[in-house]
This record gives sequence, C-alpha cells and structure tokens, in this order.
Amino acid sequence: MTLLQNDNGDPMILAEPGPDLSDIVVLGVNHKTAAVELREKLAFSAEETEAALKLFQKAPSIREAMILSTCNRVEVLLVTKNKSLAIDTISSFITEKKAIAPAHLKPCVYVHSGSQAILHVFRVAASLDSMMIGEPQILGQLKEAFKTAVTLKSTGLILNRLLHKAFSTAKRVRTETGIGGHAVSISYAAVELAKKIFDTLDGKTILLIGAGEMAELAVEHLIRSTASMNLLVANRTFSVGVALAGRFRGRAIHLEEIPETLKTADIIISSTGSPAYVISKDQVKPAMRSRKHRPLFFIDIAVPRDIDPDINRIPNAYVYDIDDLQGAIRENIENRNAESIKAERIVEESVIKFTEWYQSLDVVPTIIDLREKLGAILTAELAKTFQALPLLTETDRQAFERMAESVIKKALHDPARFLKNPGAHRNKAVYLDFTRKLFHLDP
Amino acid sequence: MSSLLFVIILLYLLSAAGYIIFLFAQKEVCHRVAYGLMTAGFVVHTALIGFEFYRLGYFPAQNLHQTLVVAGWALTGVFLLIKYRYRLNILGAYAAPLATIVIIAAFCVPSVAVAPTPMFKSLWLVLHIVIIFIAEASLALACGAGLIYLVQENAIKTKSSRFFLKRLPSLEFLDRTGYLFIVTGFTSLTIGLITGFIYAQLVWGKFWSWDNKEIWSMITWLIYAALLHGRLVSGWRGRRAAIMAVIGFAALLFTFFGVNFLLEGHHDAFTK
Repeated sequence: MTLLQNDNGDPMILAEPGPDLSDIVVLGVNHKTAAVELREKLAFSAEETEAALKLFQKAPSIREAMILSTCNRVEVLLVTKNKSLAIDTISSFITEKKAIAPAHLKPCVYVHSGSQAILHVFRVAASLDSMMIGEPQILGQLKEAFKTAVTLKSTGLILNRLLHKAFSTAKRVRTETGIGGHAVSISYAAVELAKKIFDTLDGKTILLIGAGEMAELAVEHLIRSTASMNLLVANRTFSVGVALAGRFRGRAIHLEEIPETLKTADIIISSTGSPAYVISKDQVKPAMRSRKHRPLFFIDIAVPRDIDPDINRIPNAYVYDIDDLQGAIRENIENRNAESIKAERIVEESVIKFTEWYQSLDVVPTIIDLREKLGAILTAELAKTFQALPLLTETDRQAFERMAESVIKKALHDPARFLKNPGAHRNKAVYLDFTRKLFHLDP
Repeated sequence: MSSLLFVIILLYLLSAAGYIIFLFAQKEVCHRVAYGLMTAGFVVHTALIGFEFYRLGYFPAQNLHQTLVVAGWALTGVFLLIKYRYRLNILGAYAAPLATIVIIAAFCVPSVAVAPTPMFKSLWLVLHIVIIFIAEASLALACGAGLIYLVQENAIKTKSSRFFLKRLPSLEFLDRTGYLFIVTGFTSLTIGLITGFIYAQLVWGKFWSWDNKEIWSMITWLIYAALLHGRLVSGWRGRRAAIMAVIGFAALLFTFFGVNFLLEGHHDAFTK
C-alpha cells in the first residue's frame, strides 16, 4: 500500500494501489513439468475444487481465484496484491491436503505472472499448451472450471474479463487456423481413409472381427459419419459379439462365416488377439471376383497383425495396419504444429489487447480520457453556439471558453477524487472499469 | 481471327492457372474463378467457330488448324457440361491445361486455305465431325479421370503421398465418373463412325474402304468396346479400367494425329 496525497497536497488515508499487471498470477503443474503419478495425486475433484476456492476466498492476500484440474494439468489462476503470500497460502494448502512433500512438489511447479500469466491462460485455452496440440477438450474443461468459480463468486472483474478473452481467442484460433483440422486419432484417420476409397459410407457393410475397445471406437466414428450402414460382428466368444452388435444395431456372425462375408462386406476392422493371420490372401482373391472387384478396405488394428499385408497387393483391396494409420496421423500432427505458429500470433495479439484494457484501469489515464471526452463535447457545442451568435466579440467567446473549461474541472473534481481513493479495501479496478463503461471511454 | 484465338488462349490459360492453384491451395474461390474464365473462353470460342462457319459456308474442320480449334472447343464444352452436373473440380487441372495446349497448337499451325468443294457441304459431314469430337473430348476426360484415379490409388496403396490423398476425390467417385465419360464417349464414337460411313457412302460410294484412318478408328472403338464389356461382364473396375481408359485415349490420339502424319489415307484432305 502506498501513501497518496489529495489535490490539496494533504496526506490521505492508506489507499489501495492501482491495478498492476503482475497482480495476475498462474501457478500449477502440467504434463511437461510433472509425471502422471504426481498429476494424478494433485488432481482436484469437483468437491475439492469448491472447498479450495472457498478457502482461498477467505485468504486476505487472494482477490480472485479459479482452479483448472484436468488429467494433464492442475493450475490455480489468481489475482493478488501480495504474490508471495498468496503462493504460500496455496502451496501449503495443496501440500497439506494432498499429502505431498513440499520438496517433492516445488521443482514441478511453474509460476507465471503479469503478461506471462495472461499468455499462459490464452495458450491453454487455445489448446497450444496441450499434450496433443489442437485437441478440443481443454476449452470445455476451462469453461467448466470458470463456471464453478463464477458460481462460488471467487472470480471478479479481472478474471472474468481474462477468461472471456481467453474463450474468444480460442474460438478465433479454431476458426482462423487449421489447428483442429486434421485427424490425429487412429480411428478418425481410418474413417478419413475410408472416405478416400468409398464415395460415400452410406449403405456400406462393415465387418468387425474381434470386439476390442479400439475396434468399437472406430465403429463409433464410422457410424457418426454415415446415415446408414450394416454392421456385422465376428467374435470368438459369440455372446460378446451379440452384445456388441446389439449396441450398434448390427448382427453377430461366427468366425467361420468370415470368408463368405468377404463377398459382401466393404470395410473390415480387425482387432483380435490371434497370433496368426485371421484373413489370408487366398481367402480374399476369390472373394474379389465374386464381389466384381468392388473395393475392399481392411483396417488392421491388432498387434500382432490379423490381416495378411500381402492382401494390399490384390487390385482394389487396401490394407492399413496400425503403423500405417499412425503414419497417416503423424503428418497431420506436423501440420498442426505448423498451424500453431499462426495461432501463437493470434494469442499474442489478444495478450496485447487485454494488457491495454488492463492498463486503462489505472486512475490517471481514466481521468485524462474523461476530461478529453467532456472537452470534446463542450468544444463542439460551443462551436455550434458561436455560429448562432455572430454578434459575440472575441472577448465574449474567450469568456465562454474559460467557463466551459472550469465546468469540466469542477464537474470532474469529485469523481477524480473518488477514483483515486474509493475507500479502504475497495477494489479500485472495479470502479475504474465501471467509469470507463459509464462514459463509454473504450469505443 | 487470330486475335480472337488469342483471347481464347488467354482465358483458357488463366483458367488452367486457377485450377492448378486450386490443386495446391484447395480454396473454393480458385476453381469458381477458373470455371468462370473457362466458360467465358468457351463463349468466345463458340462465337469464333460460328463466325467461321458463316463466313466459309461449311463447317470449319477441313485443315489441321480448324480441326484443332474444334477439338479444343469440344473438350471445354464437354468438361463445362460435366462439371456443371458433377462435383469434379479437380479434373479442371487436367482439362483446362489440355484445352489450352490444343488451342495453342491450333494457333501455331497455319490455316491453309482449302478450296471449298461441294463435298464439304453435307449435313452428314457436319454431324460426323461434331459427334466425333464430342466423343474424343469425353474420352480425353475419361483418360484424365483415369490418370487421377491411378495417382490416388497409388497414394492409398503405397501409403506414401499424403499430398494427393488429401486433394483428390475418392476412388469410387473417380471410377464412376470415368465410366460415365467412357459410356458417353463410346456412344458418340459409335454414332460418329456410323455417320462417317454414311457420308463415305454418299461421297465415295462405299461404306468402308480399308483406309488407315478407318482401320485405326475401328481399333480404338474395339479397345473401348472391350473395356465396357469387361466392366459389365467381369467387373473390371478401378485400376484396370483406369489403365484401359489411358490406353484407349493413346490409341485415339494416334488415330487423330499419328495416322495423318505417319500413314496416308483419304482423311488427308481434311487434316493437313
């Protein structure tokens, strides 16, 4: 806290200093700084988050706070007038609650403040800090975390504005760059490939061999991208196949029926635990003839492989194994990284804009802006009046102008005084922001 | 006339550039602009042929220059029509440069004045020429679709080139449009040949005279007939159909140019 003087030069009571950029602080751990074991331990459940935020609200050093906890990061975002004290409060809370030795936690924690903190929040929202750059979930998680904090009223003017800017920046990044554009999951890559072989997936028949989790995921993706398709499930344990087929309105078949099914199926997804090939080249060749060489797409996500790779040599039959699919994704991941350069630029722009807004919350620029606004209005009105009164002499005009200036000065005296010192423990930034909005100082 | 031809070349050239930019940049606006430019070029092109027809009093396809002009015109015409009906934008990157090359070739070949004979003024001749060129244009586009198919198929099989994989349409779609071109091309080729025979009967008094061009036309026709037969009976599709479309077009090109330059025959009068 600093000692201020009023207009008459008298010392005033101790007042809050104006908002400072370094008041915004983010501290936490993420996938880059902490191993998964530590992140698991640190993760906050919904109840823990609420309890923590309620406690932080009571801490005098913490103005505003919110907590983001996902599987890849645990972060606390806060506005404080006393950074070291606030960090101490939070660290001791975490080490206590989570039973982690401070010496163990400390090397993993990063602390950013000021524009670094703003940049960090924007990058997280835009999915630039994610393990898989461009993955869309983080934005939803951040929105959820913000909602929790808003419900508990643990955020205020600054974090609200910061988060809203983070959301709009993330949206801009998503629409203006290709960061979320290309497939980066194996099942998605398989669907994209299928669309390059088949004109449409509508009405195609899919044969699922083995009822693994990966296969299920691929089927879900396929079903989402078509209006109608037939699903056949072949599984060693017939009842498991029946259950899975039931979930997707498909039909279960026996493993022995596979060679016959090759004549009608279009896409085959295999993920059995079989050590030998489940489908051989000799089975596919005659099937191709009877299906009149319509294309046949094999997706082999089993290790060891289920589909004989030589089948890829048969005309109009295409085999992709897990490595091929991964190869297809790799380039997309590289693409995303290239697009992220564009995204970084957008984020930096937003940081600059936010910083400008934040700094306008200082008293002096706000009063200057107010003066200029009133000055402009009076000058314009005087000019109109002078035009209507051509008989006025130059001295008369000067008298009017002096009067106008003194009106501004007197009118602004009390507001300026209030803004410089809204009273002990009142948040100056709130009043400054309100004033700027009331007089529409930021068009 | 050459100034009009120059305008056409310019429009086609710009259109080709637009389609090639589209191939790389994948921006919708590129192929829209390219399509517009090509349509403009086609309008001028049609006007040019119409004017020549009016001025000469016979259909202007009696020397190599005129033939090339008509060939280019048929190519753009068929492409514009098909493109209007189907979403096959990428084929523009093949059709537009091809049309440009044909017209530039026409521009470079001097238009040798041909003494008009009553032989030229036959409705059968006009029909024969127009239909044959529509067939050639369709089969040229079938070859284009086949080439694109082969590139895309290779990209999927070898799992190497993501560049084409992303930009080119699906194999099934390419195969189906290629087939559509072949059917259109083959039908017009058949009708074109029949009108040719009728015309030959009227002029020379016989349907078939073992002329080199006639023989090669028959060979080309048989290749396409085999392709269609294979598809309908034993399901030749995909790669094999694409390769056949390319081979068929090569035979067609030989019939069109090779016979004129290397062998001799009674079409000489029209194409030298």
